[in-house]
Amino acid sequence: MEWLDNFWSTYNTLVYSIGVHALLALSIWLTLACGLLSMANAAFMGIGAYVSALLSLNAGWPFAAVLVAAGVAPALVALIIGIPTLRLSGVYLAMATLAFGEVVRITVLNLEITGGPEGLNGIPQSTQGWHIVAILAFVVYGLTRMQRSRVGRAFESIREDDVAASLMGIDVARYKLFAFVLGAAMAGVAGGLNAHFTFFISPREYGFENAVDILTMAVLGGTGSLVGPMLGAAILTLLPELLRFLNEFRGIFNGIVLVLVVLFLPKGIWEPRRIKALFARGGGK
Amino acid sequence: MLSQQLLNALTLGSVYALFALGFTLVFGVLAVINLSHGAVFMVGSYTALFVVTRFEMPLWLGMLAAMMASGTLGLLIDVLILKRLRARNAPHLIPMIATIGVAITLSSMAQGLFGAEIMRFPEGTIPAGEFIVGDMHVRAIELGIVGIAFAMMAALLLAIRRTQLGRALRAIAESPKAASLLGINVEGLFHGTSFVAAALGGLAGVLIGLDFNAITPLMGQPILHKGIAVIILGGMGDIRGALIAGLFLGFAEVMSKAYVSSQMGDAVAFGLLFLILLVRPSGLFGRVLERKA
Repeated sequence: MEWLDNFWSTYNTLVYSIGVHALLALSIWLTLACGLLSMANAAFMGIGAYVSALLSLNAGWPFAAVLVAAGVAPALVALIIGIPTLRLSGVYLAMATLAFGEVVRITVLNLEITGGPEGLNGIPQSTQGWHIVAILAFVVYGLTRMQRSRVGRAFESIREDDVAASLMGIDVARYKLFAFVLGAAMAGVAGGLNAHFTFFISPREYGFENAVDILTMAVLGGTGSLVGPMLGAAILTLLPELLRFLNEFRGIFNGIVLVLVVLFLPKGIWEPRRIKALFARGGGK
Repeated sequence: MLSQQLLNALTLGSVYALFALGFTLVFGVLAVINLSHGAVFMVGSYTALFVVTRFEMPLWLGMLAAMMASGTLGLLIDVLILKRLRARNAPHLIPMIATIGVAITLSSMAQGLFGAEIMRFPEGTIPAGEFIVGDMHVRAIELGIVGIAFAMMAALLLAIRRTQLGRALRAIAESPKAASLLGINVEGLFHGTSFVAAALGGLAGVLIGLDFNAITPLMGQPILHKGIAVIILGGMGDIRGALIAGLFLGFAEVMSKAYVSSQMGDAVAFGLLFLILLVRPSGLFGRVLERKA
């Protein structure tokens, strides 16, 4: 057991990060499932992180309430910006959400209450491992149920062709807004959890690069199922640790992996059909 | 004071326009948001710096080398990556992600090779002359930057509006399939467009490097965001729009930094962009140019 304790004390932050990243990857999976490319999830994560940290630091709210606020605050923002923004399609939406993300980052960078470029320090470390596991499990359960429900099928038809979906009587705008807001809430909760175990947050963690990282996790793992984004999150969290010996050249590897996956594994690493086929051949049956 | 700011704005705006020109050209012709354009810009900057410092060549040769190097890079990205994605008819999110990968690779390569610190052109390589017009100090280098940027933009505009090549490009922008049925070498023009766009991006990199005299591995990131703002403002794929919007963004940024707040300059630019997208999704000057992949 001592070995386990040692292992845990060295690697617990890494395990926590995998959980938080999995939550983020699922948040962008949700919008992608509805055919929306939103680059705002890092900003929503930031809003959740800052709101929760400020509530913990200044208002002394209990952690459970703080986490709820971390989800509600970005969801409200998403609701407000979503109504006009989601009329945009494809790359225009990506660009608009990217611009929104920049506005959030620069605002946080310049506000006094958020601590400007130095960020916020001394956030209580309230996040326990089981919080992350429980929330992740709850989200996965909820999304699995959703996939098989009316909502999930509506998302699927909107993703395939939103004109056809609207002709079949699906309220496309409302479902898109729902996906966007729910994704924002998930990203916000992830931000709140993250802020309460890293002790420190700064605007640098919620910029364009982070939005890209989140997207990369989902795409790398594969957006065909829920397993894909979580697998992608685990790989991209572990990869930098495993590649530590490469030092500043680590990023090169990250970039090349991204390009290669896009080129050669169009559906991501986790593609049930391909894996099944592999086993079928291996089993010789 | 105001006239001085206007000059700064013109310099910055013309470089933004030049950068965005390549960006918008690629979108118009290839229908790809090429997010490696910022990294290509950075590569241009370093190339000029090395040609000037290591090989002690004159600045104009540095610029030429920068254009060649970044142009070749753009061509390689098209041939090795974008072409395959086109062949597969990948949805437009996919090339965007691939070019993000290229951008990450290039900028971390630069970070690994040159370190994160700022590099500068050595003294004497940048023309140091200065004119005084009224109460305004005009640096020769600023005049050069504005002159080169406008010359390049004029050449490109002329080429696209007046030549057979430009006509072919416009046909592809309407529909690659129809263009290829008309006997236009679509793939060849895709490659050529990628080269020219990247070369212009690299040149913009040199010009920014000269204007601020600071070159860093991550310099492509902020300008990429500006470039995105410009092509949205100008209407995606619209070359004249990119020109006007580039100048406009330069003015908005310099003026809000000078008269509103030095820190919030960028927020003003992006906030404006966000609002414009909501009111006019196809940009200030754009028409709706939605093309099905």
